[in-house]
Amino acid sequence: MNQQPASTRSFPEAGVETETIMNRRDFLRLNVGVGAAATLAACGSSGPSGGSDSSGAEGAATYWALSGMPSEPIRRAAVDRFNKANPDTPITGSYFQNDAYKQKIKTAIGAGEGPSMIFNWGGGGLKSYVEAGQVDDLTGWFGENAAVKDKIIPASFGAATVDGKIYAMPVESVTPIVLFYNKKVFEQVGVQPPQTYGDILDLVPKFNAQGIAPFSMGGQSRWPNMMWLEFLLDRTAGSDVFNRVFAGEKNAWSDPAVLTMLTMVQDLVKADGFQKGFSSTTADSNADQALLYTGKAAMMVHGTWSYGIQKANGGDFVSSGGLGFMNFPPIDGGKGDPGNAVGNPGQYLSISSKAPQAQKDIAKKYFSTTLVDDEEVKGWVGAGYVPTLKDSAAQLASSPNADFLNFVHETAVNAKTFQQSWDQALSPTAAETLLDNIAKLFQLQISPQQWVDSMNGVIGK
Amino acid sequence: MTTLAPPAVRVDQVPTASRERGGSVLWMTMPALLMFLAFGLIPLLGALGLSFTTWDGIGDIRPTGLTSWKAALSDPGLPHALGITFQIMFLSWLVQTPLSILIGVFIAARHRYRGLLAVLYFIPLLLSSAAISITYKAMLDPNFGIGSGLGISALNQDWLGDPTLAMGVLIFVVSWQFIPFHSLIYQGAVRQIPIALYEAAQIDGAGRLRQFFLITLPQIKYTIITSSTLMVVGSLTFFDLIYVLTAGGPGDATRALALEMYQKGFMANLMGPASCIAVILVLVGVALAQLLRRLGGRGDESQMEGM
Repeated sequence: MNQQPASTRSFPEAGVETETIMNRRDFLRLNVGVGAAATLAACGSSGPSGGSDSSGAEGAATYWALSGMPSEPIRRAAVDRFNKANPDTPITGSYFQNDAYKQKIKTAIGAGEGPSMIFNWGGGGLKSYVEAGQVDDLTGWFGENAAVKDKIIPASFGAATVDGKIYAMPVESVTPIVLFYNKKVFEQVGVQPPQTYGDILDLVPKFNAQGIAPFSMGGQSRWPNMMWLEFLLDRTAGSDVFNRVFAGEKNAWSDPAVLTMLTMVQDLVKADGFQKGFSSTTADSNADQALLYTGKAAMMVHGTWSYGIQKANGGDFVSSGGLGFMNFPPIDGGKGDPGNAVGNPGQYLSISSKAPQAQKDIAKKYFSTTLVDDEEVKGWVGAGYVPTLKDSAAQLASSPNADFLNFVHETAVNAKTFQQSWDQALSPTAAETLLDNIAKLFQLQISPQQWVDSMNGVIGK
Repeated sequence: MTTLAPPAVRVDQVPTASRERGGSVLWMTMPALLMFLAFGLIPLLGALGLSFTTWDGIGDIRPTGLTSWKAALSDPGLPHALGITFQIMFLSWLVQTPLSILIGVFIAARHRYRGLLAVLYFIPLLLSSAAISITYKAMLDPNFGIGSGLGISALNQDWLGDPTLAMGVLIFVVSWQFIPFHSLIYQGAVRQIPIALYEAAQIDGAGRLRQFFLITLPQIKYTIITSSTLMVVGSLTFFDLIYVLTAGGPGDATRALALEMYQKGFMANLMGPASCIAVILVLVGVALAQLLRRLGGRGDESQMEGM
């Protein structure tokens, strides 16, 4: 009610701020030099424009990425390394919070004000950039620079590819989804970690009888629910079904395996497989992970980034060996390869088609040098991640998190198919319908058949 | 207790005064007018324009006539969201109005302890909706919330995970936040009622209850309409509170029109249909405000009849 005047007030202020920054930036460019200007621009709330700005072809390439621990320092270090080696062709980095970035990048690209290097998650989001003609085709460049391509895990390229052409460089880390479990809780109840999905179903009543939730899940965030569908469909029917959906084949969700999978999900919900109130638990607040390390829940299907969070927040839970992890177990009689992985096969950097040639060249140099060097591997491994770069095995082994990182590395490298998370793989329009219907499915608000019908409606959209 | 209502004569003085310095009044309206144009009317026209296009927020804006309107109107999510919006509107009005009137009447009397209580009642209004939502969300968590913290299992309901309970919690939090504001309006209104009315009633032998129903309520009639308009139109725009508290969930049990619009526009990248919802939101708001104005009766009717 009273927010209207408040938000109205803030606009002129923001305008003033932007103006002063611009003025100061121009001033510093003239007097102090590009280095200082770059720092200032990186601090400013208005990102430097990637388009034809006044400094023309000699302008620095711009790079926007996510802020936040533990990844931001690694991103900053890479830019610093590059700028030290190439003082004449620098990169200016700007860092934004995850959700703010998702909004800002969309508006900025739409307005032709995007950076030269566009950080993205591949898949459907990248495809919408490609269709709008906003990013460059890098297929030819990767062909000429086979050495660069060879350094990257092949599975990571899938989500960077649209219609057989590569539009992005896979960077940063591979984060498959795995099954975490609390070893102490398993000991306390006197049961063994599950080897099959049948074991999971047997475990559910045993944990419930002890007042422990079998699985923890951040249902309000919706994507944790989606991971269950991804695994259950892959383990029952393999990767074909979703590939047909992804390819836009009509009524591809009508495969009988989908109905089986959806029924399995609802059966698990009905059997109290998840903690009480799972649909009001958010994953962003890490409440789902807290349930696992406090022993209120026995298991959790989650991304491997959760390891670092549990280590940081869980006291001595991880260091005392309380955390167990495994790939999602096979389903009896299922056709899918139990080695298949789902999750994020990497983060991605695309080059803006609107950037001047000089900036594109800087970006490509950045891709082929700094982003594939040893320091980059060291940075990501040090923060508890498995890099998208292949030759990280030695460094992983010497890391304090060696057990876990080796497990993640093997899961990613040995996977016959590494299915990108559905909501990233599909277009934003289809992804929103997907998440919406998944939430309703878990809420038992719609039947599996209704789910299939409404999802068929957005195939190829 | 010496307050008196401002004499009705004063209303006549205002036009005289403004005619004398008409030029400067025009200038003085300029800031508000410009603000309204820049942040109210122009964006509204923009949304209306966008509702006849197809745009994903990144690529080109393509005019496609009524395609977006057809998509928006045929989406079962729209009637559902409208239903939820009206449900929130009605229930929150039903809870807030009687409580606000009672608290307003209570704090209108001049006792020092009532002044202190009024300050305490006022606190929720000082907090931002997001902060309130985050706090309630944390307290109502069935696993880590106040119920498990205090060991009271009755509080351990699936507050935000059950559709009915979630709606109840939402109404409660909305009321908790906005009752202070409406109480303040009623307090002012009650203080303007001429004390002579009560004195006369007392002489006639009317008890407190009869005084309340026969004097206080009729005298604050216009305030009730003002406050109801604010509640009704305000509840159309509830976004931050719902978004943080339930994100429209569980499922779509609390997905009001504003959330539906956000989800369509910024999550699903369907700016066209989202703009259609925005236009519908404005139309509903204007219609409701008009309706409430009509309910208020003739504007020139005097509240001072018989005085």
